[in-house]
Amino acid sequence: MVQGSTDAADEKARPEVAVEIAGLNKWFGEFHVLRDINLNVARGERIVICGPSGSGKSTLLRCINHLEDWQTGRIVVDGIELNDDPRQIVAVRRDVGMVFQHFNLFPHLTVLENCTLAPIWVRQMPKRDAEAVAMKYLERVRIPEQAEKYPARLSGGQQQRVAIARALCMNPNIMLFDEPTSALDPEMVKEVLDTMVGLASDGITMLVVSHEMGFARQVADRVMFMADGQILEINEPKAFFAHPQHERTRLFLQQILH
Amino acid sequence: MASDTFYLRQTPLVVLLPPRARAGVLGWLRANLFSSPFNIGLTAICVILIAWVVPPLLRFLLVNATWSGDRAACLPSADNPHPGACWAFVRVWLSYFVYGFYPIAQRWRVDLFFVALAFGIGWLAWLRAPRRDVAALYFFVVLPVLSLILLCGFPLIGLPGVSTVLWGGVLVTIVVATVGMVCSLPLGILLALARRSQIPVVKWLAVMFIEFVRGVPLITVLFMASVMLPLFVPEQLSPDKLLRALIGVAMFASAYMAEVIRAGLIAIPRGQYEAAQALGLGYWRTTALVVLPQALRVTLPNIVNVFIALFKDTTLVFIVGIFDFLRTIEAARGDPRWTSPIVSITGYAFAALFYFVCCYGMSRYVHGMERRLARRSG
Repeated sequence: MVQGSTDAADEKARPEVAVEIAGLNKWFGEFHVLRDINLNVARGERIVICGPSGSGKSTLLRCINHLEDWQTGRIVVDGIELNDDPRQIVAVRRDVGMVFQHFNLFPHLTVLENCTLAPIWVRQMPKRDAEAVAMKYLERVRIPEQAEKYPARLSGGQQQRVAIARALCMNPNIMLFDEPTSALDPEMVKEVLDTMVGLASDGITMLVVSHEMGFARQVADRVMFMADGQILEINEPKAFFAHPQHERTRLFLQQILH
Repeated sequence: MASDTFYLRQTPLVVLLPPRARAGVLGWLRANLFSSPFNIGLTAICVILIAWVVPPLLRFLLVNATWSGDRAACLPSADNPHPGACWAFVRVWLSYFVYGFYPIAQRWRVDLFFVALAFGIGWLAWLRAPRRDVAALYFFVVLPVLSLILLCGFPLIGLPGVSTVLWGGVLVTIVVATVGMVCSLPLGILLALARRSQIPVVKWLAVMFIEFVRGVPLITVLFMASVMLPLFVPEQLSPDKLLRALIGVAMFASAYMAEVIRAGLIAIPRGQYEAAQALGLGYWRTTALVVLPQALRVTLPNIVNVFIALFKDTTLVFIVGIFDFLRTIEAARGDPRWTSPIVSITGYAFAALFYFVCCYGMSRYVHGMERRLARRSG
């Protein structure tokens, strides 16, 4: 739907590769957190990234909208090369939506205001239009009736759906999900995953750090396994789960599937 | 026979109302004053304290007080062997306490200023008032210009100039306190942001300013503003005494305010910055729309704390020869036609009452505001 809403000329100008990561290396102090990451994400592709904690998967995701800096290598997002130029960074961030593990909704704003803040101030959209867009996406995540409430009044699952709606309001081409369900109570995981499955069917490019293997099986085009800051294995979900090639992948899948 | 490990509810429980609290005065008394031996002891001590302090105070302030007459009426006499407060003194000197030496014919301008200020404060403070954006515009743009024209004079429109040397009393106290508060908040915010800046020069300038101003007493700051400022500025441009004191007070309050607000900035989780950045908001918009509204809310009690301290610190401007409210009382009580211990005590009681009413008013208002904000995000 996001792609369908843009006109043909715009479509042609966009490269087929949504995210291009080449030779990426990052250190936290002495700690080599990302080691020579190379990854091309095609337009509309959905990639689920999994791996043990500390493997660098969240850090990798956060590099894509430059919430983290890196030392060597390059990242090109939608044809925009990320460097230290703040204008390039903002251009990428306008184009890339992000959903966080802990929602990070703005507690002093209502649900509706959370959703309209960036469209009004970054896209310079008139308030009324921004609210119409926000209501559209709040309906999409099935909580339009909570629009006037403050985030603290909502359950975790509702808050995360608001966070998804807030990101969608910027009409992003790419969505990053950083463990979107790991801070949720078990009974709320499904409502968030269902929302994400709905998004996936729209053809939006998605990179999801998650351990929800059922979700990966259902929507991922590719599943990627990371450990110790390296990509160890990338494969189509069917093959990934049926015949994991790397020893570490097998071990990891054994541990989380049972 | 039921098993110990198995249980299955057969019928749902009825939804009940919560038990009613013990109602009535007696219930309240028992719960709040006599719930435990310790509490009973505290209650007894408080009753004794109140009985010890309040009746003499009321006797002095109201019952035995002298409401009119001259100095002699306030002295002990056969009718009134233990005279109370000499309110007659306050009545006679009241206009001096309020206006200082401001020319009598021009005092309506000060009254108008008070009204305009009270109107602005009321409009801003009333949270459900219509058009609070206009109120802010009025308070922060229109009112300062209007006040300047009213108080200093503008001969072109027929308002003769009044030198600030003649200002005094409540007028000076209110002007110094208001200017201090209105300047210290934005300056404090800027200093706090500068101190957290990534740019070393900005950061160190802020640190130096804050630490230097905070590290010396207000009296010293006032002296420096009063004595040193003229050394740097050409004589004909040298600002007048009151303005120099205003700058000193504003600088001093800003340094404290900066640290208070910095504490609020530190309290904002990183996730808030990241969420704002991920949406494409730049530094200033992240700060203005996401970080500051939350930081100011967290620090509201401390901000008011600084305001209250500042309000009382305005009394120190007397050190550079400015006649604030307290100084006018000092001057009046020394008048040989009135001087007596009772008159002095009355003067100070009046000053205490004035400062208390102002500070307690601020405190209560903000308390109400905090509760309102807490309801929103509870």
